[in-house]
Amino acid sequence: MAALAQEILFWALAVMMGIAAIGVVTSRNVVHAALYLVGTLMGAAALYILLLAEFVAWVQVLVYVGAIVVLMLFGLMLTRAPIGRANFDNDQRLMSALTALAVFGVTSYIMVRAFEGQTIDLTRETGTLTSSIGEVIFSTYVLPFEVVSVLLLAALVGAVVIARRD
Amino acid sequence: MSAILDFIGVGFIVALVKALVVFAALLLTTILVVWFERKVIADMQSRVGPSRWGPFGLLQTLADGIKLFFKEDFRPQGADKWAYALAPVLAMVPAILGFAVVPVGGVLGFGDTKVGLVGSDLNVGILYFLAMGSLNVYGIVLAGWASGSKYPLLGGIRSTAQLISYETSLGLSLVPIALVAGSLSTVQIVQAQAGTVGNVTFFDGIPILEQVSSLFKFIPNWFIWSQWPAFAIFFISGIAETNRAPFDLPEAESELVAGYHTEYSGIRFALFFLGEYVHVVLISAMAVTLFFGGWDGPIFPFLSWLWPLIWFTLKTIAFVYLFVWLRATMPRLRYDRLMWLGWKRLIPAALLWIMVTAVVNTAGIDRGVRLAVFGALFLLVLGFVIRGDPRQKTAVSPQRRVSSGTA
Repeated sequence: MAALAQEILFWALAVMMGIAAIGVVTSRNVVHAALYLVGTLMGAAALYILLLAEFVAWVQVLVYVGAIVVLMLFGLMLTRAPIGRANFDNDQRLMSALTALAVFGVTSYIMVRAFEGQTIDLTRETGTLTSSIGEVIFSTYVLPFEVVSVLLLAALVGAVVIARRD
Repeated sequence: MSAILDFIGVGFIVALVKALVVFAALLLTTILVVWFERKVIADMQSRVGPSRWGPFGLLQTLADGIKLFFKEDFRPQGADKWAYALAPVLAMVPAILGFAVVPVGGVLGFGDTKVGLVGSDLNVGILYFLAMGSLNVYGIVLAGWASGSKYPLLGGIRSTAQLISYETSLGLSLVPIALVAGSLSTVQIVQAQAGTVGNVTFFDGIPILEQVSSLFKFIPNWFIWSQWPAFAIFFISGIAETNRAPFDLPEAESELVAGYHTEYSGIRFALFFLGEYVHVVLISAMAVTLFFGGWDGPIFPFLSWLWPLIWFTLKTIAFVYLFVWLRATMPRLRYDRLMWLGWKRLIPAALLWIMVTAVVNTAGIDRGVRLAVFGALFLLVLGFVIRGDPRQKTAVSPQRRVSSGTA
């Protein structure tokens, strides 16, 4: 019963995310494209909830939907965000299509290789999940975690240096 | 009937009923809060306030709502059709969804079915609350852009910068709470505040502090006593998140002709207001939940299930009153001062306070070291927050002030 409901929800979300993803690249209005992107990212968050990963799901909403796309919109409005249609095409369609296909292929191959045949126990207790994520990040994976934060700090400092005129 | 019940499950029906009750209660609360605000401000200005329609003018908001409902729904010619329609909804929905993790009471029993008086006891409740707060920006930013008009666009850009800045300090101010409660679930945070302070051993052996702390054994074990700096940061950021005075720059009447909702009328305008007032109640309810023991309070034998609800409601009303009081008495901040307060005071103070809380609550560290760190960092935070005004130190050239005022 629960598995059936999960299948139905998964396919509903997958179709919605697919439509939104197509909307991102075909939309003629840059703000509408950003809104379609929100649809895709929210769908991903919903998929995490289907997999009982509540922590990851709400971090997805908080960081991607609530911060990154908002910053994109903010940047668009400070520079140019025309109402109505605009032409965003350039002559690199073929190149970008090939790149997108290559990224899709590599990612799918890695994911199938890594998770093929694995199943998720829908009846498991989720109460301790958040603390176990914390323990793993700050013990087993503490070095990659710190490297990522140094990388982000470097990006932040770089942005400040580029943006400052004086 | 029972076959259908088995198929969809009792849990689903309970969740649906809870959602409907919370939604209806919030609509009613908004009507009452608008009336409350007008009455309180009128009282502070020695006026009568709404008094014609219903007892004490209680039905005034209802009359206003009906008026807005029948007004012409106007859309500017240059507006973006879909985004213009979507923005008011996006301004209201996240604020209402945020209530899903606010616990208003303990557990009720109906026969074998136990119903917790909370929308959903997520084990990442605080994170959910912050996520909903971050979605709140969309309504304002889209309204500003989609109106196709200059003033709303300026208001939208201003408020995006403000909301992003204060979201950071709001999030950081809740980290110490998660540290002391050992949980991100709002229900468990309320449970961690149950009972009284009891024997505080932290100050034992220190002449004056020991006696002083022993005098306060009877007070409730709420987080406000040890976490008041976090509460100050939370509440200031919370006011900024709701766009209320003194942080109401997104809708500054005198400079932006009301800002992001200038071009809105009728029921869409009403939705923006609904969203703002629901958000005020949400921030008040979260302040009560995280710092003031939630529904904790004395429970008397008659109608014992009702008392938690009463305590929760009374505490929340006190905070709504504080919101109104601030609006009636505080002037609006200048824009560069707003950014200065958010980035250079609240965020560093929140980060320092996280360090203080982490050190003081680590059991493995020697108590003398913890006390020394507590004292030193406490003074540092205090000094940092109240350190002087930047205007007295550096003379800002007019050119510079203009550029920092718009970015």
